[in-house]
Amino acid sequence: MDVEALMLSRLQFAFTIAFHIIFPSFTIGLASFLAVLEGLWLATRNEVFKTLYVFWVKIFAISFGMGVVTGVVMSYQLGANWSAFSALAAPVIGPLLAFEVLTAFFLEASFLGIMLFGWKKVGPGLHFTATLMVAVGTLISAFWIISANSWMQYPTGFAHTPEGGLIATDWMAVIFSPSFPARLAHMCLAAYLTTALVIGAASAWRLLRRPEEPESQMSLRMAVGMFAIVAPLQLVVGDISGKDVLRLQPAKLAAIEAFWETKAEQAFHIAAWPDRATESNRWEISIPRAGSLVTAGSADAEVKGLKAFAPEDRPPVAIVFWSFRVMVGLGVLMIALGVWGAWLCWRDAPERSRAFLRACLTMGPAGFVAVICGWIVAEVGRQPWVITGVMRTADGVSPVGAGQVSASLLGFLVVYAIIFSVGLLYILRLIAEGPLAGADEPTPPVPRAPGSALAAVPDDPGRARGDRP
Amino acid sequence: MNLDLPLIWAGIIAIAVLLYVLLDGFDLGVGILFPFARTPADRDVMMDSIAPVWDGNETWLVLGGGGLFAAFPLAYAAIMPALYVPVILMLLALILRGVAFEFRLRGRRRGKAFWTGAFAGGSLVAAIAQGFVLGGFIQGVTLDGVAFGGQPFDWLTPYTLLVAAGLVAGYALLGATWLVWKTETELHGDARRWAWIAGAATAGLLAAVSLATLFVHPQIAERWGWRADGFDFAAFLPHLPIPLLGLAGLVVLAIGLARRSHGWPHLGATLVFLSGYIGLAAGFFPDIVPYDMTFRQAANQDNALALMLVGVAILLPVILGYTAWVYWVFRGKVSADAGYH
Repeated sequence: MDVEALMLSRLQFAFTIAFHIIFPSFTIGLASFLAVLEGLWLATRNEVFKTLYVFWVKIFAISFGMGVVTGVVMSYQLGANWSAFSALAAPVIGPLLAFEVLTAFFLEASFLGIMLFGWKKVGPGLHFTATLMVAVGTLISAFWIISANSWMQYPTGFAHTPEGGLIATDWMAVIFSPSFPARLAHMCLAAYLTTALVIGAASAWRLLRRPEEPESQMSLRMAVGMFAIVAPLQLVVGDISGKDVLRLQPAKLAAIEAFWETKAEQAFHIAAWPDRATESNRWEISIPRAGSLVTAGSADAEVKGLKAFAPEDRPPVAIVFWSFRVMVGLGVLMIALGVWGAWLCWRDAPERSRAFLRACLTMGPAGFVAVICGWIVAEVGRQPWVITGVMRTADGVSPVGAGQVSASLLGFLVVYAIIFSVGLLYILRLIAEGPLAGADEPTPPVPRAPGSALAAVPDDPGRARGDRP
Repeated sequence: MNLDLPLIWAGIIAIAVLLYVLLDGFDLGVGILFPFARTPADRDVMMDSIAPVWDGNETWLVLGGGGLFAAFPLAYAAIMPALYVPVILMLLALILRGVAFEFRLRGRRRGKAFWTGAFAGGSLVAAIAQGFVLGGFIQGVTLDGVAFGGQPFDWLTPYTLLVAAGLVAGYALLGATWLVWKTETELHGDARRWAWIAGAATAGLLAAVSLATLFVHPQIAERWGWRADGFDFAAFLPHLPIPLLGLAGLVVLAIGLARRSHGWPHLGATLVFLSGYIGLAAGFFPDIVPYDMTFRQAANQDNALALMLVGVAILLPVILGYTAWVYWVFRGKVSADAGYH
């Protein structure tokens, strides 16, 4: 085996998947937000919702496009770089990925066309249906991919064949593997929080300049509602998921908490410098007995440490330990933001507090960071296995040389750097212009370029109502 | 009930790849023709004609790749490493052209120019890379057991270059006839001219590829009646409808263009593609990794194929239904002002 090619393939997969997950995390939440906006607009005919829809759908179009093209890479890279894994795993998770394409990708891709370009072609009811289909499609996609990933984390419902392959014996056990329900809920809530934080930041940015803008006041309140409800809920779901890790993947849990010895009354390490060479933490700041309490629910519970596993079966520790702490730390800040915002809503109005608006602005990217840290915990924490207990990551790689992989990695780095910086620039530019850009300007409106996401949208959102019977 | 699951799945994958080639073919073709547009306004209309549907078109590529993984994992695991370089090249090109749909509209002067170039260049490179993949596949893949056992650049030969040229011409033809169908006025006239040129190039290159393919592997030549001891008409006769279909396509294309029909040229171009597709498949079937692994050897476990078949039987008609509905919603001509009034 070519060690260099393996390292490069791992690096390439980590880079392309981490880059890709940014967009689904945002578009899963944004699609649902758009469906809510359009539904509220149809129900109340309040033009504020329509203006917000027309504004956020532009940002959705950009991010969704980036999610699609970086996602296509995944369905080919699996074979190109991880052919041995593909050949082994396909009898079990092949159908899951095929169902993702059949139930989600086509649905999203086809109805996206109606959602972006169909304003004048179909009635409002059908258009709303299209938005709903896209939103549902993003969630179905999350269902299947988390299902496949959860099976790889803790495989159930399969057997080994005499020829050395795998075969599914119980499809329900494959699809609903033990860690799947909590992980799916955790990811969907993470996506909703990530989106709410971006919407909150964009609204805060506008309100710091124009405190009276009704659209931004509305979207800020909607975001605050999401922080206040979803962030605490996420803590609960995350804890359930953590209990699954303790039960199903004890080595990952030991890495998350930097536990080395197996014992009762584990200390909780707030910060530590884990060192795999010495099999200990070089230093640590700890709360006695709290480690067993938060992971197992009782200070007296015995929790396995890393030394319980052979050195070749241990995941990297420091990156898992710290990624987890960044994720949880940001989660706590999100809860605080929700409590603060809810209190401001109850007392007065959140847009009156410039400190709160600045906090919302600062927290805008926090969801993305937390999602990526969470996935680092999940994926690095299950190393050295690509399918826990069945196949090591090192055995899954393709017979492809280091030269080819370094060239492709370089290609991905360059292309992703371009599309990321440009996409970010365009999204930030749209956010800076705000939801009323264009609507402020009196007639005659500058014709939008045909083919633009909004080409078919009425120029003046406020006038659309009069067009309808 | 005893279904031949591997055979059914070979058919499903073949249809997915065919639909990909026909559907993404015309929108890649529109990108290839981008540099020849007279004005930026014409480019806007060209993009407008495909913007609502390109994403759905490209999903057939995901089904092709994902379906190969799920239905014929050994083939997927052998072919992807063998064609590593062109596959990655295709992905990178598809990324640049895919984001260009939205980026081009958000960019100001320089940004717009860059993404116009990225759309055209990405479409061209994606078509070339797909030609390399196709050519490299037909040439055959060296196996070591069931895994790829060849060299990184095995795929790069004069034959694959010829196939790539043919595919670029073919996509340009599909793009041109699509524009004949969907546009009006001056652009429509330009598209008609592009269709003549691309049609002639496609006809010539398809003939050249067909001949060259006979020399790629003795199995192919034999199927088409060319044996060491001379020409075997009995072996050739069952294959005769395939080139005839291609000729019929070219006739429909030429008459359609000459009579100024709007829809018929695209049908003709589609028939030409169908003929080329079936003709190439006839050479290597039942191999799925030519010429060492049949689709039966590569097939996934029967229980996985059966489960997915249930899904496909229910979902594929639904997918085809709403895909057709989306095309129906966006039917008719795309005019320069269709978008915003």
